[in-house]
Amino acid sequence: MELRGCTRDYGAVRAVDRLDLSVHEGEFLALLGPSGCGKTTTLNLIAGFVPPTAGRILIDGADVTDRPAHLRGLGVVFQSYALFPHLSVRENVAFGLRERRLPAADIERRVGEALELVRLDRAGRQRPAELSGGMQQRVALARALVYRPRVLLLDEPLAALDKKLREEMRDELRAIQRSVAITTLFVTHDQAEALGLSDRIAVMNKGRIEQLGAPREIYEHPATRFVADFIGASTVLRGRAVAADRVATAGVVLRVTGGRALTPGQDIDLAIRPERVRVASGPGDNVLDARVESLVYQGAQTEVTARLDDGQRVLVFVTEPAPVRLAVGQAVRLHLPFDAFMVLAGPL
Amino acid sequence: MILRAAVVALVAFMTLPTVVVIAVSFNPTAILSFPPAGFSLRWYENVLTYPQFQRAAVNSVVVTGGAVALALPVGTLAALALERGRLRGRSLWAAVLLSPLVVPGVAAGLGFLILAAALGLLRSRSVLIAAHVALVLPFVVRSVWVSVRNLDPALERAAASLGATPWRTFRRVTLPLLRPGLFAGLLFAVVVSLNEFVVSLFISNRVTEILPVAMFTYVVNYTDPTIAALSSLFILATFLVVWLADRYLDLGRVFLQH
Repeated sequence: MELRGCTRDYGAVRAVDRLDLSVHEGEFLALLGPSGCGKTTTLNLIAGFVPPTAGRILIDGADVTDRPAHLRGLGVVFQSYALFPHLSVRENVAFGLRERRLPAADIERRVGEALELVRLDRAGRQRPAELSGGMQQRVALARALVYRPRVLLLDEPLAALDKKLREEMRDELRAIQRSVAITTLFVTHDQAEALGLSDRIAVMNKGRIEQLGAPREIYEHPATRFVADFIGASTVLRGRAVAADRVATAGVVLRVTGGRALTPGQDIDLAIRPERVRVASGPGDNVLDARVESLVYQGAQTEVTARLDDGQRVLVFVTEPAPVRLAVGQAVRLHLPFDAFMVLAGPL
Repeated sequence: MILRAAVVALVAFMTLPTVVVIAVSFNPTAILSFPPAGFSLRWYENVLTYPQFQRAAVNSVVVTGGAVALALPVGTLAALALERGRLRGRSLWAAVLLSPLVVPGVAAGLGFLILAAALGLLRSRSVLIAAHVALVLPFVVRSVWVSVRNLDPALERAAASLGATPWRTFRRVTLPLLRPGLFAGLLFAVVVSLNEFVVSLFISNRVTEILPVAMFTYVVNYTDPTIAALSSLFILATFLVVWLADRYLDLGRVFLQH
């Protein structure tokens, strides 16, 4: 499945901007981004619900840009599930098979198999409104998979569930996707979902893809400040390179490795994950003086916001039980390991 | 206490004319007087055997049936177009479609009369049907429109993604989900058309006239309780239609949804 230079305008608003993306056979790819970044529009373009203003869409090598939605043969799960309220669960699941004019016996058998796959074989006679959110979600999944599409599109399928159920369904979704080995595009704004489910993640912002890569790559080597900010928490320090592996910031010179050599004199954004920052017991290399500004105790860890001498803030996750009790206003030393920095490119 | 008295008074006020008409219809004497002087079914017999009423009843069924059969699909398509279509001046279209509600019956009747005369259709029931279509259309459009608005567009997208052509999507998803609005519209249309008088008076003659017009003509010429008997039957018929609809179509839910 491939998008080539796809653009979609809504009036004066460009929702998707010259987007190139290809999803491999059998891959689970997440389109991740904040609301309004164009990820749902991208899904609608692929599904054929809206035509692109420019660009081509290919599925299985065939150009489907001008093919109407009902001839694309994709499986779609909607955020609201979009189950037909006037039909029973069985009839909902059978819908796509009936449109394909399969013999009644085949429909019967395959609906049974699909409902078994999502563990709903006993709810067939019920109406969607009688089911819980999690069950409705599974019906929607069965309905989209029963006619064995080549591609599955998921539009925020977990967003309407409560936290506990969401985690359960996340695992189940992944297991089902693996067992049927279907190419899947998953639209979400939840980074934890994207990191935990996908083979690759495309981070979208303002109608464009900021970075495309494996979850670990995205998390550990964000390409832009936007990605570093959006995926996981991070602190960004502004500084200036003074040597190929030295950056001056907050009145000290830090040793920075990882990534390319720096050009002395260049302005640098250094990002660091809060779980990599340590509270140091004494002075040393890459240790900065700071003052605790706020503390948020969360059980397994405490989120500490510390303020450096020049006013920049650093977020630190201190694993509980903490070696030292911290208090607001207290002076601390922070150790920023030289290999923990992410050097960011791109504009703010 | 005061509230309950107010409600009782209101109910009495609203039902009194009906009660009087029904009571008078059983009056054995040939005058329209209240309270009735006894009990007799002779006026009901008169209603059922009076040839002009028989003819008018047939006309009523034909005109209402024809008008509703036309107004329902036309109104449904209009409602879909108003909500979904790429229309310029949507509110103007809506205003025009709903305008028969605010045009005085006399004006509309005169208009239809002049038109029908120009087209040479004055002796035909088709002009009555055409007029009734225009008169019931606002009710159909209104009630179907509400159902269209309540329809989640994702459902139609879902049907398309499952392989349903636009026509099949309409048949299997859109239309079934519009049913509450269609039933409400049908009911309104039937009741409005059956009871329509002013416009119909302008464009009917002795051969084509529908029941309300026939009743009016009768009252102009005679003053016996036959007309009260026919009115009672009319009330009963309307009541039955609404009661059946409520019972089998869950009307309460339809209106509460609105």
